Amino acid sequence: MSKKILTVDDSASMRQMVLFTLQGAGYEVVQACDGVEALEWARQSAVDLVLTDVHMPRMDGITLVRELRGLLNYKFVPMLILTTESSQEKKMDGKRAGATGWIVKPFNPPQLLATVARVL
Amino acid sequence: MTVDLEMAEIAKVFFQESREGLDVMESGLLSLGATADSENINTIFRAAHSIKGGSATFGFAEVAGFTHGVETLLDEMRNGVRPVTAEAIQTLLQACDCLREMITATEAEQPLDQVRIASLNGDIKHILGEATEAPAPVSAPAPAEANRAADIGGASEPSGWRVRFEPVADLLRLRNEPTRMFAELRRLGPMVAHADASRLPPLDALDPESCYLSWNIDITGQIPRGKLDEIFDWVDSGCRLEFTPNGGSAPAAPGAKASAPPQAAAIDAWSAETKAVSPTEAKTAAPADADRGAPAGAPMQKASGDSGSIRVATEKVDNIINLVGELLITQSMLSSFADGIDPNDLDRLRQGLSQLARNTRELQESVMQIRMLPISFAFNRFPRIVHDLSRKLAKKVELKLSGEGTELDKTVLEKISDPLVHLVRNALDHGLEIPERRVAAGKHETGTLELAAFHEGGNIIIEVRDDGAGLNKAKILQKARERALVAPDQELTDEQIDNLIFMPGFSTAEQISDVSGRGVGMDVVRRNINDLGGHVQISSREGLGSTIRIRLPLTLAILDGQLVRVGKEIYVISLLAIVETIQVARERVNTLVGRTEVFRLRDEYLPVVKLCDQFGIEPDSRSAEDGLLVVLEADGKRVGVLVDDLLAQQQVVIKSLESNFKSVAGIAGATILGDGTVALIIDAPGLISSAAKQGVGAVAARAA
Repeated sequence: MSKKILTVDDSASMRQMVLFTLQGAGYEVVQACDGVEALEWARQSAVDLVLTDVHMPRMDGITLVRELRGLLNYKFVPMLILTTESSQEKKMDGKRAGATGWIVKPFNPPQLLATVARVL
Repeated sequence: MTVDLEMAEIAKVFFQESREGLDVMESGLLSLGATADSENINTIFRAAHSIKGGSATFGFAEVAGFTHGVETLLDEMRNGVRPVTAEAIQTLLQACDCLREMITATEAEQPLDQVRIASLNGDIKHILGEATEAPAPVSAPAPAEANRAADIGGASEPSGWRVRFEPVADLLRLRNEPTRMFAELRRLGPMVAHADASRLPPLDALDPESCYLSWNIDITGQIPRGKLDEIFDWVDSGCRLEFTPNGGSAPAAPGAKASAPPQAAAIDAWSAETKAVSPTEAKTAAPADADRGAPAGAPMQKASGDSGSIRVATEKVDNIINLVGELLITQSMLSSFADGIDPNDLDRLRQGLSQLARNTRELQESVMQIRMLPISFAFNRFPRIVHDLSRKLAKKVELKLSGEGTELDKTVLEKISDPLVHLVRNALDHGLEIPERRVAAGKHETGTLELAAFHEGGNIIIEVRDDGAGLNKAKILQKARERALVAPDQELTDEQIDNLIFMPGFSTAEQISDVSGRGVGMDVVRRNINDLGGHVQISSREGLGSTIRIRLPLTLAILDGQLVRVGKEIYVISLLAIVETIQVARERVNTLVGRTEVFRLRDEYLPVVKLCDQFGIEPDSRSAEDGLLVVLEADGKRVGVLVDDLLAQQQVVIKSLESNFKSVAGIAGATILGDGTVALIIDAPGLISSAAKQGVGAVAARAA
């Protein structure tokens, strides 16, 4: 059974790129366009990994991670935030909120797959 | 190769997305002037951030680099570190323009305007308080992990490392598995890990979700420190990590990262390759060419600026499908009737036919609806235009838009856009006064410019209203007399004087500014509107302001027409062109210079156009007083068209004569009437101007 990944990003082109890359590597992918949508979905279903962008409308990625950690199903799910190289702060915010780690933007498909393979 | 193609496809989504993002940024920046609303700034920031991220991901390094500066500035603004000044907003607006160009150029694989980019970059850096860098190409986002990768001192690499790893208790809760790290370490070289259980509490005090273990790890091999940092990257803050090179002395400071440039060490699969990413690098990837499901989100359709395609609301299309279904049912019902009618069925046949007529009418309306777009597509340009122009003219203007949702035909929308721009620029340039003069006149220093649109009687009305100085009637009349557009003794009403400004070559501007005032604008505006089958007029009150009222048909394919008869032929005249219809009284008709007749209508002389002569038909009567005179108006000129009889008024579908036959002077198209006869549609403006050329009389001075 293939691993299921929840990806959250408000940019359609990024979502498509991530979807294409992960599906191409055999993962099952579920997508949301912001934190609110992701959280609502997560309340009903479980995944093996969460990948989320940070800057999104309605609910940002760091808040999403914090909220997800409060769900029983998501207590030990690896979560990675997508952050830019200059936000050391964001990385720490992410950790404090409960993120496992991060992927630095911009990333290309091989980098994405490599990092995902680390935690799955 | 498949990966490249796919990335290129997804990049198209990125281009469309970025354009939309830039629109969001622009409208956000325009409203930022008024209130520095934090939600607004965040929205603008996110749009810039998305563009930066996407452009870097898809390999457009220059776009990414430029956007980086924009994003930095916006970030400072939203954190309250940088004040939101008018200068900054202006620079950001210009940056948006520049980005639009860059995106378009990148998409079309054209070169970028480096001069402009460098100049704006300089502006942005100036605001950020940094010194302008040397004119190098804009920097791509700085490499990340590669920065930290470095050996600590020493010319030679150590032969191994001892790592002391004391994780925080929360480690497991964050799903950072020590086993993962060990596996990665093992890949670097032979390693042994000794667990240190000294912090392990007694069983009854043990929390299974916490980590109490620490490790001393020995790993041998020529391993650069950077690789070790990499593995522990996610956990080094908070956890205690010590790296002691074998053969070295004191342990390195926990989590210390040298900022020396990266060594030329081989970068393994883990480390982030962070030089500008391009789709071609994906070749190094090993993803399976596995089947993938349809990518989320259909490719975007282009916005309505391109006449090749239209965005249509799905419910409109569903409605049509539904109606066509109804139509088919009705039609098949009727066909089954045809298989044996008896007189008793006649009633039901009639009912069926009237239902068919109803379905068809509704279907037609729905189809017309597809081509309808809200006028907001045209109005949306104006906040930016007004903003820029008011700055340039040093005038304070508030723009109010209403009725943006009012729909009109796509082609009409496209063609009315430029005339509207001209009218707005005109109002700003000539109508609205500078703040000092407004205050001196007892007005608020900020002028108001209103654009309003609404439906009225099957047409769309667009009004451009300003509370400026209004038209100087005396000056206009004088100018018109100077140019012999108006006879010296001719008396005109105020309204007639106002509408003189639509005459060709008319401009009372003292200086012709580059904004408007060359006198070629207003008459072209009117001609464009007339060509669309519409009307424009201005009414103004000196000192108080002006209102320009444009009336346009909702669609170009259907006409509200007046059927007229000349002899045996039936013609259609657009109701919009008809002013009135009169019975001719003999004494009012004068014959001038032989053939041409003029008709005295109240205080003006109208040339009489005889369609029988124009089109070579045999009329009922050649004499004017036996027929009816239909007064037509276009381009400020009026004529009276002589017809034998007025028939019904009805909507007709315009069929092109040009594509089915050839273009004919004086005829705008043709239509098929209910009984199957072909009726030609008169081109009112064309007829009027050709009548004028034939020297048939004085030009009417009043436009309605």
